[in-house]
Amino acid sequence: MRFGARLALAVTTLIVTVTACGAPHGGGSQPRAGQDCGPYARYGEHAGTTVTVYASNRDREADLFEETWADFAACTGIDVAYEGDGEFEAQIQLRVEGGNTPDVAFFPQPGLMERFARAGRLKPASAEVAALAKEGWSADWNGYATVNGTLYGTPLVANVKSFVWYSPAFFRDRGLSVPRTWAELMDVTEKVAASGVKPWCAGVESGEATGWPLTDWIEDVLLRQAGPDVYDQWVSHEIPFNDPRVIRAMDTVGSVLKNDRYANGGYGPARSMASIAYQEGGTPVLSGDCAMHRQASFYAEHWPEGTEIGPDKDVFAFLLPGTDRTSRPVLGGGVFAAAFSDRPEVRAFQEYLATADFATARMKKGPFVSANKGVDPADAATPVDRLSIQLLQDPKTQFRFDGSDLMPASVGAGTFWKGAVDWIGGKGTEPVADSVERSWPRP
Amino acid sequence: MSFDAVAQQPKLQHLLQGVVAFAAVVCLILLALHRGPARRRGAAFLLLAPALLLLTAGLVLPGLRTLLLSFMDREGDARVGLDNYVWLFTDPEALIALRNTLAWVVLVPLLVTAVGLLYAAAVVRSRFRALALSLVLLPMAISFVGAGLVWKFVYAYRPAEADQIGLLNQLVVTFGGTPRQWLVESPWNVLFLVVAMVWTQAGFAAVLLAGAIGAVPGEITEAARLDGASPRQIFWRITVPLIRPTLLVVVLAEVIGTFKAFDIVRTMTAGQFDTGVIAHEMYDQAFRYGETGRGAALAVLLFALVTPVVAYRIRAQRSAG
Repeated sequence: MRFGARLALAVTTLIVTVTACGAPHGGGSQPRAGQDCGPYARYGEHAGTTVTVYASNRDREADLFEETWADFAACTGIDVAYEGDGEFEAQIQLRVEGGNTPDVAFFPQPGLMERFARAGRLKPASAEVAALAKEGWSADWNGYATVNGTLYGTPLVANVKSFVWYSPAFFRDRGLSVPRTWAELMDVTEKVAASGVKPWCAGVESGEATGWPLTDWIEDVLLRQAGPDVYDQWVSHEIPFNDPRVIRAMDTVGSVLKNDRYANGGYGPARSMASIAYQEGGTPVLSGDCAMHRQASFYAEHWPEGTEIGPDKDVFAFLLPGTDRTSRPVLGGGVFAAAFSDRPEVRAFQEYLATADFATARMKKGPFVSANKGVDPADAATPVDRLSIQLLQDPKTQFRFDGSDLMPASVGAGTFWKGAVDWIGGKGTEPVADSVERSWPRP
Repeated sequence: MSFDAVAQQPKLQHLLQGVVAFAAVVCLILLALHRGPARRRGAAFLLLAPALLLLTAGLVLPGLRTLLLSFMDREGDARVGLDNYVWLFTDPEALIALRNTLAWVVLVPLLVTAVGLLYAAAVVRSRFRALALSLVLLPMAISFVGAGLVWKFVYAYRPAEADQIGLLNQLVVTFGGTPRQWLVESPWNVLFLVVAMVWTQAGFAAVLLAGAIGAVPGEITEAARLDGASPRQIFWRITVPLIRPTLLVVVLAEVIGTFKAFDIVRTMTAGQFDTGVIAHEMYDQAFRYGETGRGAALAVLLFALVTPVVAYRIRAQRSAG
């Protein structure tokens, strides 16, 4: 026992020493020599402070973010501690409930952000951030970050979902031109089908999110057929989910995607979509087994290595046309930056994220789209990004946010996705729409 | 990605502090006990205190809170009475999760025990007993997530004209069939998930049962043989009744484990295509949909279903010992 007691004493002493040494010490970065800190002077000096950022972007996307704000961090002395997590949507709730709240979070869904705003967890945007938001983004965009009239965040990333990817060579060889109206699109579809190739291909398997490419399709068509106002009413549940206009939009999508003559090019019957990973959905476009793949701008990253993107390269994209040549409905998505704390350094960082300077700096580093009016499309890294920015800045564009991201999560990330998968598997439009309507949470 | 010790320093420090704090508590208890011949009851309490504290903070309090939350709305603010439980037994999706859990709880223990028993009986007298048991135990060394991914590939679908990447569809194509979407077609897809679970668990059953069969006294089987019993009669009338306690342990362990099945569903289908089970639906509701009340109600239901089995198992163990 004597030995035990001595050991215990020794360990206790060791502990005290180690704990004392292990106390956190101030972080912060130092400006490098010869760095121009002029543009960052307005954010002030915050030496020794840390801002924690929590987001879903990992790997290369995360690196590009960190490279972008490296100068800001060095000049202001703020240590920006970034953490990317593929399970962001589920984990953010645990982090906040568990008292491990980040200072700033990048929300990929406005609905999720709204939940924390309503719960009183998020801090309203400062006057400076609000002014930058008003200057940088359209009312549509800022509206998605506003809850009960209070602005909580700013759009950080934008993406355009209404793209149709195609092979320019395939179109050229068959004398097809890029369709500008819905009727022309159906005309191209029929011509390709008549030549023995299934015109459309898609993959909707995406783990727990399986089905989302289908809900995007339905939203896109509803936005075109019924217009933005009906679309907004549908998303906010002022009209029921199974409104006749929604049924009509779903049936229109069904006439393409559930049609074994038109889909699933390269992958067999239309039903096969549920087994094909969304990342592989468009691959048959390259081999000529499929003519068109409707998918967002970010699909650019999923083409096999070495695929070149451009108007006269391997693949390119056109805007899913509206009913006529003049209408330009664009369905898209985005990421919003919002803050859980209002310390001066957090305010400064949030302000920096809201500037066009940040968006431009990020665009110059690699593929990235911002809806900020102050960015120059010429700075975009890829032709599709350039096209996206041009569309987003075009005053004629009617931008609408991906509806499933705005609906209550149990519908938008639950029953709507699942229902769409059942629907592509052969279930009828009405039963699916009715069951989604029934699942809508009561207020 | 490489492990950057410098960037991970804060986490390493946390880890170190945790380990150190644990060691400190143990040391303090040892020091206190060392003080002298304390009364035995006091010493017992001191030794039990950390465990009791951890149990209260980590199990009892969260359990009570979950029970409370199951009567609240999605934000956990307002009382809604039994609404969450009504939802649990009326919502089509929740009912599918209940149906699937029932199928899992019936099928997995049954299949695991049957496969394990037959395998054990087949190899127990063989020269390759050790090798054969190690082989069937191998899947247990793989995590459920790993097993789920392996089986997801086994069931992978590619169109008939393309090269198959899934083992099962390759077999089907080899024998002239057309590839099928095994994980998509309900309700059979539930069975394909169950197969993956059985694959991971059969080894556990086989090893335990082989041990029990090996322990059956040779005199009894020999006597039976002399009396003219056929091998089949010996197996069913002598071996199985004698290893009944072990069989019970295996079945009950599997029932408890299967109720909580989550990983395999999550990795293979994420609850899509009508394959959800209670544990997975609970996660979806509470963490993906923000429906805290419904998630809590599912957790309470799961707890209520598992508790009798656990209680029965403890009692069975006591009476056996």
